[in-house]
Amino acid sequence: MTKKAISVDNISKVYRIGTREETNDSMGRSVVEFIKRPISNYRKYRSLWRFSDEVLADDYAGDDILWALRDVSFDVHQGEVVGIIGVNGAGKSTLLKVIAQITPPTRGEIRIRGRISSLLEVGTGFHPELTGRENVYLNGTILGMRKVEVDQKFDEIVEFSGVEKFLETPVKRYSMGMRVRLAFAVAAHLEPEILIIDEVLAVGDAEFQKKCLNKMEAVGSEGRTVLFVSHNMAAVTRLCSRGILLSAGGVIADGETHSIVSSYLTSGLGTMASRDWSVGESPGDDSVRLRSVRVVDTEGAVVEGADIQRPVGLEMEFDVLQDDKILLPYFQLTNEEGVIMFSTIDQELRWHSEPRKPGRYTCTAWIPGNMLSEGMVYVLVAMRTKRRNHRPIELADAVAFNVVDKMEPGSSRGPWVGRLHGVVRPKLEWSTEYRAPDKGPGE
Amino acid sequence: MNDIRPEDRVTVLRPTAGWALFDFNELRQYRDLFYFLVWRDIKVLYAQTVLGFAWAILNPAIQIVIFSIIFGRVASVETGGVPYVLFSTVAIIPWTYMSDTMTAASQSLVQGKQLLGKIYFPRVLFPLTPILAKLVDFGISLSILIMVMLYYRVTPTWNLLLIPALVVAMMLVPAGIGMWLAALAIRYRDVKFAMSYMIKLLIYSGPILYSASAIPDDWRFWYSLNPIVGVIEGFRASLLGGPIDWQYIIPGLVMALLVFLSGALYFRRMERVFVDVI
Repeated sequence: MTKKAISVDNISKVYRIGTREETNDSMGRSVVEFIKRPISNYRKYRSLWRFSDEVLADDYAGDDILWALRDVSFDVHQGEVVGIIGVNGAGKSTLLKVIAQITPPTRGEIRIRGRISSLLEVGTGFHPELTGRENVYLNGTILGMRKVEVDQKFDEIVEFSGVEKFLETPVKRYSMGMRVRLAFAVAAHLEPEILIIDEVLAVGDAEFQKKCLNKMEAVGSEGRTVLFVSHNMAAVTRLCSRGILLSAGGVIADGETHSIVSSYLTSGLGTMASRDWSVGESPGDDSVRLRSVRVVDTEGAVVEGADIQRPVGLEMEFDVLQDDKILLPYFQLTNEEGVIMFSTIDQELRWHSEPRKPGRYTCTAWIPGNMLSEGMVYVLVAMRTKRRNHRPIELADAVAFNVVDKMEPGSSRGPWVGRLHGVVRPKLEWSTEYRAPDKGPGE
Repeated sequence: MNDIRPEDRVTVLRPTAGWALFDFNELRQYRDLFYFLVWRDIKVLYAQTVLGFAWAILNPAIQIVIFSIIFGRVASVETGGVPYVLFSTVAIIPWTYMSDTMTAASQSLVQGKQLLGKIYFPRVLFPLTPILAKLVDFGISLSILIMVMLYYRVTPTWNLLLIPALVVAMMLVPAGIGMWLAALAIRYRDVKFAMSYMIKLLIYSGPILYSASAIPDDWRFWYSLNPIVGVIEGFRASLLGGPIDWQYIIPGLVMALLVFLSGALYFRRMERVFVDVI
């Protein structure tokens, strides 16, 4: 039996959320309020971190506190790679912050054996005025490395990042991509007993992401304990041996990754396959605004796990605001390795020749069944115009869905159970001609 | 020394830490980080300036000129026969260090709040970093002091032996006040606004521009409780020679230590909730 690396015992974390501000309707009350304000402000700021037993009691009726975590318990053994999943607001990040010692629990206790390092955001502590070399040292020590450790791994880090030529250049002159690569390279060479990772794979180009995934896989197989939070179910499934599903601050499932991920996806908790935007925050410009994107089945229901044999619809809803633009909806599909599988654009002739009238449009592109490969598919949504590089809307990873082979008859694999490699898995017509061997001349 | 290997050390996280001073074990673990933070502050301070480290000389030099004109010439402050430029230089050099570090340390947490929310390391490194980093400026500005002393042909005395203790006290005072204010500033941003007034006023709270001998006898005890008084009087006596005024220096050193320890205690007490109150 291996030792426990992390033991989380009945952890709760309470936050005080905005207490209501009073509005004043008379001059006199405003003046009184102005004088009393410093005292009430003092109480307010104090109450941000002090909680009485009364407030923490189960029957507390006030709505000014938020239980980000409530009585969470679990153990992680040394060498386990655990994926923590759940919708936004389920408490994943709070849990990591409590374990990473960034914020204390309101109740409960956590025991951690060994050094712990957390990657809550790559490039934390990078200073723009320092050179690449200097930032490697600064960032490395911020992440918990000793100077000698950075010394030993320096060449490896630089090679991994691919920014050798710019080591003596201040980081402020780096492109965003270079910064991210350097930052991740430092992070990837940490060797703590416990590594906490939150969504860092959402950065960098596809090739680099793949490199990172491989590196993480290596870390896990070295017997290091890893806690991994991600919305990328493919990465979680690939990297983690165990999954913990959080919902509303509590653990609702804990076990083998595949079953946890699929229960998450089928429960409707996962919302990766559907996105809506309110008017204020919708992507777009003065001419067109994106309102929603959905992955749907033939009945129009949102699907997270699409049956490999059934058609999948990519639905885009948008508002056209000006009447002089030719607008062409466009999707680009990428697999979990970052390979662009294909792109598709609305072919309807009238959209290519005449401007759209203002109003709400909903269009759907249908991907036939028996076409996609198994695994995660990430959808880039864009709006193209006749101008070459003009894209009023372009949003990578707008939605994502999982293509699942239920191993039912009729798919492109037939009764074959082995792997079928490739970025797509079309079901092709096969034909065979048979000719019986000729009778040998000698017989 | 503890014999537990780092990979077997068990950290227990509980709701609040209670009262404690420093966790020396942990600080030892993070000493390389401390080194790089200090080094970063030194390197970045004068980045993209034309004059660079010359600013470390210019800042106090300009102050010395202005104060010498106003207090030396116009107001003719009594200095016990010492030329006013010399009299003020020996005080303004350590004072510049103390006021700069106090300001920097008190704002250190608010400025580092991005880092604060993302990664754990001993929070106390934030206010302590400027205490060490600004020693470089202090060192450079000593050249003014040396030049002024050479110009007025001050002969060194055995009093100079007191300097190491005074430099330590000069660091302890802003470190202590910095820890107090940093912990308060993260919760109450008022500190930032109060700070600029405080620094302006504090310069008159110590014998920087005037002589401590001008203080009425009845007030001397209370006056000596201000640790700035002891540090400044000490610098003046040890650099210029003459009798050492122990009635200021002893309480000054004791108070410097008290300010530092209380600051450390308060900071430790509050450090775990910093993130929740940003």
